[in-house]
Amino acid sequence: MAKSVAAASAAKGASAAKRRTAKAPATGLETAQLLKAYRDMLLIRRFEEKAGQLYGMGLIGGFCHLYIGQEAVVVGVQLALGEGDQVVTSYRDHGHMLALGMQPRGVMAELTGRSGGYSRGKGGSMHMFSSEKGFYGGHGIVGAQVSIGTGLGFANHYRGNDRVAVAYFGEGASNQGQVFESFNLAALMKLPVVYVIENNRYGMGTSVERASASRDLSKNGAAWGIPGQQVDGMDVGAVKAAADVAVAHCRAGKGPYLLEVKTYRYRGHSMSDPAKYRTREEVQKMRAEHDCIDGVRHLLEQAGIDEARVKQIDDEVKQIVQEAADFAQASPEPDPAELWTDVLVEG
Amino acid sequence: MAELTYRDAVARGIAQEMARDPDVVFLGEDIGKPGGVFKATVGLYEQFGPLRVRDTPISEQAILGAAMGAAMTGLKPIAEIMFSDFLAVCFDYIANEIPKTRYMSNGQLKCPLVVRTANGAGSRFGAQHSQSVENWAMMIPGLKVVAPSTPRDVIGLLAAAVRDPDPVIFFEHKSLYATKGEVEDGEIVDTLGTAKILRPGAHATILALALMVPRALAAAERLSAEFGIEAEVIDLRSLVPLDTRTILGSVSRTHRLFTVEENPRLCGWGAEIVSIVADEGFYDLDGPPVRITTPHIPLPAADVLEDMVLPTVERIVDRVRKSLEA
Ligand SMILES: Cc1ncc(C[n+]2csc(CCOP(=O)(O)OP(=O)(O)O)c2C)c(N)n1
Ligand SMILES: [Mg+2]
Repeated sequence: MAKSVAAASAAKGASAAKRRTAKAPATGLETAQLLKAYRDMLLIRRFEEKAGQLYGMGLIGGFCHLYIGQEAVVVGVQLALGEGDQVVTSYRDHGHMLALGMQPRGVMAELTGRSGGYSRGKGGSMHMFSSEKGFYGGHGIVGAQVSIGTGLGFANHYRGNDRVAVAYFGEGASNQGQVFESFNLAALMKLPVVYVIENNRYGMGTSVERASASRDLSKNGAAWGIPGQQVDGMDVGAVKAAADVAVAHCRAGKGPYLLEVKTYRYRGHSMSDPAKYRTREEVQKMRAEHDCIDGVRHLLEQAGIDEARVKQIDDEVKQIVQEAADFAQASPEPDPAELWTDVLVEG
Repeated sequence: MAELTYRDAVARGIAQEMARDPDVVFLGEDIGKPGGVFKATVGLYEQFGPLRVRDTPISEQAILGAAMGAAMTGLKPIAEIMFSDFLAVCFDYIANEIPKTRYMSNGQLKCPLVVRTANGAGSRFGAQHSQSVENWAMMIPGLKVVAPSTPRDVIGLLAAAVRDPDPVIFFEHKSLYATKGEVEDGEIVDTLGTAKILRPGAHATILALALMVPRALAAAERLSAEFGIEAEVIDLRSLVPLDTRTILGSVSRTHRLFTVEENPRLCGWGAEIVSIVADEGFYDLDGPPVRITTPHIPLPAADVLEDMVLPTVERIVDRVRKSLEA
């Protein structure tokens, strides 16, 4: 039986708890979940670092929006989801796909525009999908996914199943009109949708303070009675705990729920952004003091997981990412005939 | 005289008009402090201050609605919609509100505003960030539609658009921002609705817009050098108003018409021009007009695929040569 982190840290005594003063220890994550969270977050981090490298080498073109820094958000929420739940997000989508268990090689090969990519090169970094894993994209129009996620919830409600849809969007996107239209619709119809605002403090070069008059985005659904919570997005346990509440609310038929997850992106908006709108110190401070993966490493330590086990995960992740990168470079260019397929149904 | 990039020409054109007329205000996403996602508006925030150069939230409907409201009171807003694909997000203002105001109010109210937007492919941005949608704007009565291909035209046509009493959708091409051209010093103001014959020729008329202009010119050079075919290349510059006189005049001399269009094939701007020429210049034609377009498919992201769909110099040369030989 897995022991809980809280129990483990209590057992280890005050000194271990003290080392982790930046945040309160996450509650409720069992060791197996902690190991999975660590593995998935690290996979996303290493995958994105590799994507950044391939971009630098000219092997990836177009847009490429990295998720580095935000890993705890999607991994934490994912821990609260079950079979058949659905996810939709923006163009910053690599992390979501990996957390859902989509193949790293298929994602990476889409970035390099090869036939082995999830969309065979027709989608690119921003546009991938997996009906098998319940991933409904990958959308480039800021805010679009919020209404689409509402529609996923609509379908669940109609079918009377207890599935929950999660619509992820940025704090920048939260200012789009259709977000508020969706809130009202979902609240009115009691649709099972968890709205997750990934507040990474910037929408391109504009900080949240310069873009939103709302200082607490978790209250943005309040007019429609949508309950909301602010969550520390650098703490995967806290994200999971909040997502548990949100998902339970939806499954119980009580309508939508809103999470504002406070996070941070370490890299530029996309690979072409030098990020001059913030200081280097600001980024360094987040990395040094609030990094979500460092946080989980501490928790693993507190839980008494030995270094060899952690190293084993590190190695496994490294190998998966390398294999994905190799595949993405070896996979053939798309067949020109692909241009004409799937525009409309064939035949 | 100075060499200027298309990108810097945008900032210079806006600055020229803002310096001249305090009623000109500029709003959009990331246009001010950050200097624009394509760095086309660098320096304006510093020069004109936060009241006239306003960064907005990501709220395209509010941007265009606000620009329209302000314009109805006599301000002359320049609103940026970052990518032309996003015009779809605020299409109500483009299709129903802005263009209908003068008409519905018996001319009491007008919308002297400019919507600038980055159009077109070539950057591997895929299906939602690469489209050429000048035809979306062209189909709406009550809008003017402009698409410059050179830095000089950016300044001159932007100035004309700002001074125009009616709404203008101003399409800049993403793949032209880095290109350079000679631009004279001092104020530049051009005239909307005037096409430019960039290269005279007796055998064929090639109409092009924006990124397709340099490609049409390169194709004309090759047609001349390799096949002795002299093509007249016309940069339309503006779809509404459309310089039909220049188009029909050229066709009356060359007797053959080709359009090079980046927009998808169905209902592309060339279809309208072919129809006009069929109506008004039918007996000048010695053969069927030929439209060289992007196929009617969503744009793919992968570089090899994207390169296959846009009209290329090779494709233009090939189509013109084969049509003339047929
Ligand atoms: C409708 C629309 N407007 C503008 C853009 C351009 N754009 C792409 S991402 C972005 C910033 C979005 O910020 P946020 O929602 O906070 O998400 P983040 O990138 O931080 O994950 C903008 C303005 C777009 N893609 N779609
Ligand atoms: Mg953001």
